[in-house]
Parts: sequence; C-alpha cells; structure tokens
Amino acid sequence: MTATATTPATTETKAPTGPGMRFVNWGANYIEDRTSMSGLVKELGRKIFPDHWSFMLGEVALYSFVVILLSGTFLTFFFQASMAPVVYEGSYPTLKGVEMSAAMASTLDISFDVRGGLLMRQVHHWAALLFVASIGLHMLRVFFTGAFRKPREINWVVGFLLFVLAMAEGFTGYSLPDDLLSGNGLRIIDGMVKGIPVIGTWISYLLFGGEFPGEAIVGRLYMLHIMLLPALVIAAIGVHMILLIVNKHTQFAGPGRTEGNVVGNPIMPVFAAKAGGFFFIVFGVIMLIAATVTINPIWNYGPYDPSPVSAGTQPDWYIGFADGTLRLIPPGWEFELWGFTFSMNIIVPIIILVVFLVLVAFYPFIEAFVTGDKREHHMTERPRNAPTRTAIGAAGVTFYAVMWAAASSDLIATHFRLSIEGVTHTLQALLILGPIIAYIVAKRISIALQKKDREIALHGYESGRIVRLPGGEYIEVHEQLSDYERWRLVSYDDYAPLMVRPNANGKITFGTKLRGVMSRWFFEDRIAPVTRTEIEASKHGHH
Amino acid sequence: MAGTDGAAPGTAVERHESAPLPSGVAVISDDRVENPGFPPYRPRVSDTDPVKERQNERRVFWLFLASMIGSVFAVVAYIVFPIHEGDLGSVRLNNLFLGLGFALGLLGIGFGAVHWSKSLMDGHDMVELRHDTRGKPETIARASEIFTLGNKESGFTRRKLIRNGLLGALVLAPLSAVVIFRDFAPADDPATLLKHTMWEKGTRLARDPNGVPIKASDVTIGSVFHVIPENLNDSEHPLEEKAKAAVLLMRLNPEDLHISEGREDWSFRGIVAYSKICTHVGCPVALYEQQTHHLLCPCHQSQFDITREAAVIFGPAKRPLPQLPITVDEEGYLVAQSDFHEPVGPSFWERSL
Ligand code: HEM
Ligand code: FES
Repeated sequence: MTATATTPATTETKAPTGPGMRFVNWGANYIEDRTSMSGLVKELGRKIFPDHWSFMLGEVALYSFVVILLSGTFLTFFFQASMAPVVYEGSYPTLKGVEMSAAMASTLDISFDVRGGLLMRQVHHWAALLFVASIGLHMLRVFFTGAFRKPREINWVVGFLLFVLAMAEGFTGYSLPDDLLSGNGLRIIDGMVKGIPVIGTWISYLLFGGEFPGEAIVGRLYMLHIMLLPALVIAAIGVHMILLIVNKHTQFAGPGRTEGNVVGNPIMPVFAAKAGGFFFIVFGVIMLIAATVTINPIWNYGPYDPSPVSAGTQPDWYIGFADGTLRLIPPGWEFELWGFTFSMNIIVPIIILVVFLVLVAFYPFIEAFVTGDKREHHMTERPRNAPTRTAIGAAGVTFYAVMWAAASSDLIATHFRLSIEGVTHTLQALLILGPIIAYIVAKRISIALQKKDREIALHGYESGRIVRLPGGEYIEVHEQLSDYERWRLVSYDDYAPLMVRPNANGKITFGTKLRGVMSRWFFEDRIAPVTRTEIEASKHGHH
Repeated sequence: MAGTDGAAPGTAVERHESAPLPSGVAVISDDRVENPGFPPYRPRVSDTDPVKERQNERRVFWLFLASMIGSVFAVVAYIVFPIHEGDLGSVRLNNLFLGLGFALGLLGIGFGAVHWSKSLMDGHDMVELRHDTRGKPETIARASEIFTLGNKESGFTRRKLIRNGLLGALVLAPLSAVVIFRDFAPADDPATLLKHTMWEKGTRLARDPNGVPIKASDVTIGSVFHVIPENLNDSEHPLEEKAKAAVLLMRLNPEDLHISEGREDWSFRGIVAYSKICTHVGCPVALYEQQTHHLLCPCHQSQFDITREAAVIFGPAKRPLPQLPITVDEEGYLVAQSDFHEPVGPSFWERSL
C-alpha cells in the first residue's frame, strides 16, 4: 500500500507531485488538521464488500430513496398542500373552470405548466414504486438466506421499520394530489379507522379535522410526507448502515471464505466505483421509465368527489394486500353488544395484517429460540439448506400474494369472464390452503435439492458420456468435482431436533418442552452435510 | 489493520478465534469437509493483453462522452420543446425528450463507472478478518464500570424516592401533551354528527352534480339517478354533506319490491331511494345492474339487492344501505319525508347508541 496523508501537518507527507496533486495534497492536509478524517478513511477506506447479485437489492432501495428525495424536493417548490376550493384556470383544457382543491390544481400545474414538472412527478412516483418493491425483495433475500441471524437481528427489525415507513410514505404521497383516486383511498382509510373499537370514531374525526373529507387532511399528510416520515426514514437508514458497518456484510459460502473473514472488493476503489455507478444506473432507468410511461394521470380522474363511480381502479401495488384482505371477509361479520358496534369485517382484517407484520418483524427471535444457537453467523445460507425456514417463507409469500391478488378480484373476474363470487370464494380458500400447499412444496423441493447436492458432492456430475466396460456393461461417466466446487455444496450449518432433558432441578420447563416441539418441527427432516469420510469412501468406490 | 490486501491463492484459511458460545441444537461434527482455501486467481483479458486494456479504456471514455451528450441534449430539449398552453402533445414531447436526455446523462456515468471497475480496476478478491461484534473484555469491563460509577456518584438506585420521582415526572410530561390534540377537530361530538345528514322533510331530490330537481314523472321504470339534496351546493361544507347525503334513486316494478312493515309509504310508485355510501367502509355504491336489481360497490364488491330493501347478498358489508323515505310535493317533484332513520356509511363504535 502506498502511504497516504496521515502524518502530522508539521511534516507534510510526500505525495505524488504535479500541479494538481500539490493542491489535492494541500487540501487533504487542511481538512485533516481540522477534522482528523484520516482515522475514518483508514477504518472504512478498504472495507471489504462481498459480491452477489442479490446484495444489490438493498442498494436499489437506497438509491431510489435518493431519487425520491431529489424529485420530491423539486415538487415541493410548486405543490400547494391546501384543500381550499379554487377554480382551475390552468392549461389542461377539459378541466378548465372546474372547482377543485388548490392541491389538485397545483398538481395539474406541475404537470402541464412547468417544463419538466410532469417528468419529476413521474420520476417521483416510479421511484416510490421501485423503492417499496426493492425493500420487499431485499427483505426476502435476507430472509431466505438467513442473513437475519445473530448478530443481525436488530438490523432486521430496523429494515422492517423501513418497509413500514416506506408504505406510509407511499400512501401519504398518493393522497396529496387530492384527485378522485386519492380521495377514494382516504375514504377507505376513514372507514377502516371508524371501525376500530372505542377510539375509531374519534381518531377519524381528529385526523380529518372534522367530518370526512374536511379541509385539513392534505395539509396534515403533507407534513408527514415531507417532514416527519422522511426524517424517520433517514434516521432508520442511518442506523441500518451503521449496523451494516459494525456487523460487516454476510457472504455466500465459497472456497476460502469462512465465518472469520469477508472476501470481496474494497470500498476504495472498486466498490465505490461499482456502487456509485450503480446509483446512476438506477437513477437513469427510473428516468427512462418516467420519460416514456405515464403514471397516475390525475387529469383523467378529476378532483375528489364522494359520489362518482370508480370501478376497476387500483391503489399503488404495496397497498394491495391491505385492500385485498378487506375483500376476503365473508358477509355478515358485524355485531352489536351493549349497544356498541363491533365491525369484525374491519377488525379482523386489521388483526390479520398486524399479526402478519408482527410475525415478520419477530421471525429472527423465533428462529433463535428454536435453534438456541448463540454463535454469530456471517455466511448466508442457500435457501435449500434451511428447508423449514424456506417453507415458512414460501407460505408467508403465498399468504401475502393471495391477499394482494384479492385486491384485483374484480379485474380477475372481468378479465377471465368469471363471476366475482367464484373468484372471491376461490381466493378465500386459497388464503388458507395456499400457504399450506406452498409450505409442503417448498420443503419437498428444498430437501430434494439437498439430496441432489449430496449426490453430486459424492459422485460428481453426470457427464453425459456413456462408455462400454470391457465386460460389456454400459456406464455413464461421472465428472468429479474439484475441492473448490465441492465446498459450496457441503459447507452449511446442520441442526438436529432438541433432546428434551430435565434441568438441574430434575424438571422439564415449559420453555424446554416448547423448544423441543419446535425444533422437531424445524429439523426433523434433515439432510446432513457430506462428511470427509463419505468423500473418501466414494473416491475408493469409483476407481 | 482492517484489511490484508490480496489473498494469496491457496493460503491456509484463517481460524475464527473466539470463546466458544453455546451452539444450541447445531450439530458440530469432527468429520466436516475441510475448507480448501482460496482458488487461484484467473486473470482477465485486460490484465494480460495491453490492447484489450486500451480497448476497455476507450469504451469507458465513450460511455462518459455519451453522458455528456445526454446532459447537453437535455438542456437543448428544455428549450426546443417548450410547453404550449392547452397543447397536450407539447407536454408529452417535453417530457419525453427532457427525460431521455437526463436518462442518457445518468446511464452514461453509471455504465462507464461500472465498466471501469469491472474491467480495469484490480480484480483480486481481498480479505478482511472479522472480529466478534461483542467488544473486548477490557472494553466491556470499563463500560460497566462507567455505569457503576455513574450510579454511585448520582445515587440513582440508592435514592429511590427521587429516582421514582423522576420517572413519574418523565411519564407525565408527555402524557399531559395529549390534550392538545383535541382541537385537531371542532368542538362537536363526531358520533352525533355522523347520525345526521342534510336530508329533512321536504328537501327535493336533485340530480348529481348539477342540482336540478327530479320530477317523479321523469323516472321511468328501470332508470337510475344519482341524487343529491337540492340545496347541497349552497351548504357551507358541500363535500362533507355530500359524503353522507349522496343517494341513488331507482324505479322498479312495484310488485318486484319486497317491502317490510313500517316502510310501506317510503317509496313512490316503485321509486325507491337508498344511501349511496357503502355500509362497509364508505365507497360510493354506484354500479346498478338493471336485470337483477343489484347494486355493486366497486371497492370490495359488496352487493345489495334493491328488491329486498338493499339487503347484502355478497361481500364484506353487513348492513343494508339505509333507505331514504320519499314522496312527491304538490308540483310533482320527489322530496324526502325526513332524514334517514339510521346513520349512513361505514359502521362506527357508537353507531346504535
Ligand atoms: C420514501 C419516501 C417517499 C415516497 C414513497 C413518496 C411517494 C409519493 C407518491 C406516490 C406521490 C404521489 C405522486 C403523484 O402525484 O403521482 C407523492 C407526492 C409528493 N411527494 Fe413524495 N414520496 C416520498 C418522499 C418524499 C419527500 C422526501 C418529499 C419532499 C422532499 C416528497 C414530496 C412530495 C410532494 C411535494 C408530492 C405532491 C406533488 C405531486 O403529487 O405531484 N416526497 N410522493
Ligand atoms: S366500501 Fe363497499 S364494499 Fe367496501
């Protein structure tokens, strides 16, 4: 390594000369004398980042958030977060003279009277969709590779908060233009809030500053959208990044890689160039989409009015699962008791969503309890090597997917010429059966893949080459793996069910029993990794 | 030192030295396959072939040049494709060309930098050792000592009275701020407001949105009208009133209607009026199927049967749409007999109190 500017300023470091370099050198020393930056550079400058395509999902999320901040800031210079009624006099012909809120009118002005305004609106909206999608995929990556295990449980929870915050940001943003669709979305939120027992009516009343829709909600959501929520998102991203640096990145198994090292590219220069370049690619792709594909054409919907029809309209994709859950409740789920109304058709979906999200948030702690494994884990697992986790994940994804599909039940029905009743009943059944089927299938596939890996590790690949032995017998030649190739297949964590034993006082506690049951559920079907002895044996068998 | 630069191929693999922690139900076998260590480095073409290296260098430069062209193009497009008032085509062109320019400006930088890093920068994997996340024992001992000192010097656990006093004060301070949220909304009681709409005895039923009153004779069998109270547009809060008072008016064959006791005179010659606000979560229920006399809510597909007083026949809604009792005035216009007899729209806690 070459020397960098780390010595005290009194003895200026010898650095490459030349007019440009002399200035850089002077600047580095100037800053160093005042900030002691060299310590940070020393610590982080050559930090290693492992490479894998799936590690880019989190980066996409981060970069699309930066794009959101930039485009959103541009929009704030024009947007008026007011529901005061105005008569639209802008340049969109069909709405001229129509009464609407100042919010809607200013959004139309951004779209039709500001050069680049429509582009920035579309960049903002597309980036928002990509932001939530990439966070979701990133979470799936972390889940299915077990990257949430110790010491990263807290960072999983922080990431989960980011996911929820992102949805909140998206929903508040979607509501700002005060067009027909955004008002309808708020109407549904209002109805859901009113269904909450005891406090619902009041929460809705206070939130909307009176009766729905009122004249307050856009201003209030605006404050949340551009101040409170972004501040929380930025704070959470900060914590997420600091923990990432403290814990270091996980890596997939590979020859030479261990729990004790990180193998990959240093920040300076390779990772910085790659990641920095990737930011511009993400930004560029969003820009390309925004330039060519219209999104949220509010001028087609018109201003909010509580009365017109809006069949076949869809919320942004990430709200779908909540809307779908509402649709799947069978008729008649509401009752009165002591004069109070219990809207189970709203309470139950809310409970389902909250329980689902809580399970997601706490999954790392559940699995840590089951394994009782207190070691640190820095190797990402291949999904097949944790079959029960993979199956649970598949069940969760299916559950989410069914709720999400339900939000388009009417479109499914009209598109495939089915009855809405039939589609709804099918989805209701799928909501319960789908996850069970997905669980079983995913587990079977994982175990089958593990068996295949075992086979390959021991006997090599089928080369497709058939030879005839002197005895007249035909065999297919198997291509043996190199040690490097085999290592990927045989190095994974192996767990077995807990043997439930009494503790020092001769008692079996409830916790132990529970762990026994759960670990049996997790690890009963277990394919142990190939051992050295087995490899030796197979080599002798293949002379 | 954080990083040892460059892993020599095939070096013995560093062991993870830390106090063994409980491994739970993990199976730790002595017979594990051993890590073969790093494979030898496979050089890229540009590592060995100076011609290829120069080629890659040129390629990176072309990408950066493309970016510059894109950015200049964006500036030109901003000027060359202005927006003409009322001309939507000009908006589209401005959006397209400005966006394409920006996109090229960004993608050129992005692909250039990534290509540079992949083809020209040092391609060796490098290794950094991990350390336990948990700090060194000395550090932890010092940290807990600091807390102990802090506790001793302040008397935080010893002086229970003032400690509990502090905790109480800290809890109460934010709680007292809860009251200031009351004035987020006016002084009224929401449960009372939700139980009334603008409709009252004699209010004419008018077309939505123009407010033209409807004569009973205009309503032919099978037709459907979207209705608001005639005086809606003069009210102080038209949107809030409309969100409760919107009504659908239909005329059926009187013999198709199954009318329950007490509602015999709520309709007029087969003309019936029902709240348009869904009893699920409040969307406008506005899709009317003339053959079946079913109303469909577009939001979650609740269906209401108008022949049976808007009873729910499908979907998550529980209650029928409230019926507005109507009649005609002396000029033949349809008018309300009174307000709805129950709250309209989504359920709420105090609804039937
Ligand atoms: C993760 C964060 C964010 C998400 C997911 C998000 C999402 C959205 C969405 C979906 C819209 C509706 C856009 C449309 O009209 O189609 C919107 C509007 C808006 N957003 Fe954001 N946003 C985020 C952060 C921000 C930030 C940080 C700012 C300001 C610095 C901002 C400023 C605005 C403004 C001014 C509008 C209204 C203008 C308009 O609708 O065109 N947003 N946002
Ligand atoms: S609002 Fe009508 S079904 Fe949900």
